[in-house]
Amino acid sequence: MKRRDLLKGFVTVPVLGAFAYAWYKKRSYERYLKKNILEEIQLKATAPDIPASGPMDKQIRLGLIGYGLRGKHLAQAAGFAHPELIDSWIKNGFENGSDNRYKEYLEQEDLNLVLNGVCDIFDTYGRMAREAGANIYREGSGGKMGPSPKRYKNYQDLINAKDIDAVIIATPDHWHGPMAIAAANAGKHVYVEKPMTWSVEETYKIRKAVKENNIVFQLGHQGRQTESYFKAKEAIDKGLLGKITLIEVTTNRNDPNGAWVYPIHEDANPNTIDWKQFIGQAPDHPFSLERFFRWRCWWDYSTGLSGDLLTHEFDAINQILGLGIPHAAISSGGIYYFKDGRTVPDVLHTVYEYPDRDLSMVYSATLASNRKRGRVIMGHDASMELGRDLIIKADPRSSRYEAKIKEGIIDPALPLFSYSPGMQNVDAITSPTEQYFAGRGLLYTYRGGKRFDPTHLHIKEWLNCIRNGGTTSCNIKQGFEEAMAAHMGTIAYKENRKVFWDAENEKII
Amino acid sequence: MMKYSNTQLSWLVILRIAIGWHFLYEGMVKLMNPNWSSVGFLLDSNGLLKSFFYSLASDSSLVYIIDMINIWGLILIGLGLILGFLARPACIFGIILLSMYYLSHPPFPGLRYAVPSEGSYLIINKTLIELLALVMLFVFPNSRFIGVDRFIFKK
Repeated sequence: MKRRDLLKGFVTVPVLGAFAYAWYKKRSYERYLKKNILEEIQLKATAPDIPASGPMDKQIRLGLIGYGLRGKHLAQAAGFAHPELIDSWIKNGFENGSDNRYKEYLEQEDLNLVLNGVCDIFDTYGRMAREAGANIYREGSGGKMGPSPKRYKNYQDLINAKDIDAVIIATPDHWHGPMAIAAANAGKHVYVEKPMTWSVEETYKIRKAVKENNIVFQLGHQGRQTESYFKAKEAIDKGLLGKITLIEVTTNRNDPNGAWVYPIHEDANPNTIDWKQFIGQAPDHPFSLERFFRWRCWWDYSTGLSGDLLTHEFDAINQILGLGIPHAAISSGGIYYFKDGRTVPDVLHTVYEYPDRDLSMVYSATLASNRKRGRVIMGHDASMELGRDLIIKADPRSSRYEAKIKEGIIDPALPLFSYSPGMQNVDAITSPTEQYFAGRGLLYTYRGGKRFDPTHLHIKEWLNCIRNGGTTSCNIKQGFEEAMAAHMGTIAYKENRKVFWDAENEKII
Repeated sequence: MMKYSNTQLSWLVILRIAIGWHFLYEGMVKLMNPNWSSVGFLLDSNGLLKSFFYSLASDSSLVYIIDMINIWGLILIGLGLILGFLARPACIFGIILLSMYYLSHPPFPGLRYAVPSEGSYLIINKTLIELLALVMLFVFPNSRFIGVDRFIFKK
């Protein structure tokens, strides 16, 4: 072979050398940045430690009170999806290949439960709850079913039934307290939807009943299971944000459903609804389909934005920072958009003061604008934005990071740390495209962790404590704090004054 | 066989190396990132073949295969183009991959994407131009003059 041939055949090989060199330079610069940032923040690049569950050998006999919007979801999360819901998942799965809800439901862990009793005061929902309870093989309409649970027309009878160990309560707010208290006094374990109570008085009573009867109590803030909150707590405990003085949490909804204007069921009428039982401790009112299905719009049955949506935000922050009941609260707002006869505001702002922690928490809500405002914890050195993902950005005026910002190692415009649940590794630096996907929820976790329904995990945790002991993550102490904080916000709004918490006497003044 | 002037041949080889470099780097980046998956890109598809790309994304074992084809396809095509080793098959496979990228995200009027685009495109985008450049390399083969193919396809 001629020398000329060899030369022409291999003349481009040095390009690979140049490529390798450029590759090496780029990678080592990235490694240098990453190493320096990780050294600074000392936050492990792994998923947070979440305690594992114990054995599930013992079958738990469940009762479900309330099979409305939330009750249906809770039943599904416990393993009792209605056959028609499964029909719709299968249909959607056929039409849209990426709709995996049925597959995911089949993969949802069996919690070793039997649903022995259901209670709903609307006949159609009562029948549907029975059908869901019988669907132990997770099939669609016409599939193989198990025995149907008994339907109780009165919650007292369900609570006192001998074949029920634990109850899930998913009723309107004004029934949470009385039912949870009755269930605790009957020795039944309780999972109750948030907010814990409708009135201040009930809050003391429910705590007393839970403690005296020594039952396992879980308040339905399924956000407690959000993986990124665990990581957020880790980051804050490590002091990455510096001194925190302001927390901003928001609700941004803009559709009738988000404003609690739910559809009215065609079967509903005074003959199919036990209106008297619905009223309960609320002021008497003539039969009203609007009030039955859209009860969140009236103080008579609801706790408004404070109880329905502020509590989620409050509980998330309480989980991460352990703030407890605020020292003071002020609120303002009004009914500015949904002038449909409702009594609860559709725009609300509540400010909580924590002088002993040197910080304020601001809650701001509107039901008539979808502009995303997020949930932000602001410290002197960095701020944290918390959603499904967690993003920490250094503050340009931070003292702690000043040197590294000057050296160009930390760029305040880019995340100092970000965490997307389910990703295998946590990178101090992630590409903008990855962030973009993650933020839009497009980044499915096919490789790393599996996707889970947090409500399912929250119920599972409650059952685990019933079987194996231990404390639930949203137990009566956190519930008491949640309820009192929400009531303070509501009272401040209704009475248009600054409200204080007298910690010594445990009273709102 | 075609005859080129030295200038023509040099620029054809430079174009081949540049595209090869780009393919190789795209492949290496994906190989080195354990979190990379084609799923996000597939689920961002739009246009006529949207449902086809969605169906690819719905099956995790299929996604694994697609990921591997992308990673190793990009790397091997890149090496082939740079070295001039089986450069014409490399061109064909490169055209197939690029046409998938183009068809899943066609820049047609009325279609929007979550993936941010760094420029402004109407029907023609850089993916399509790179694809057409590979077509040119296929039509004007040069690895038999400059490249390992010189030894494989001896006259």
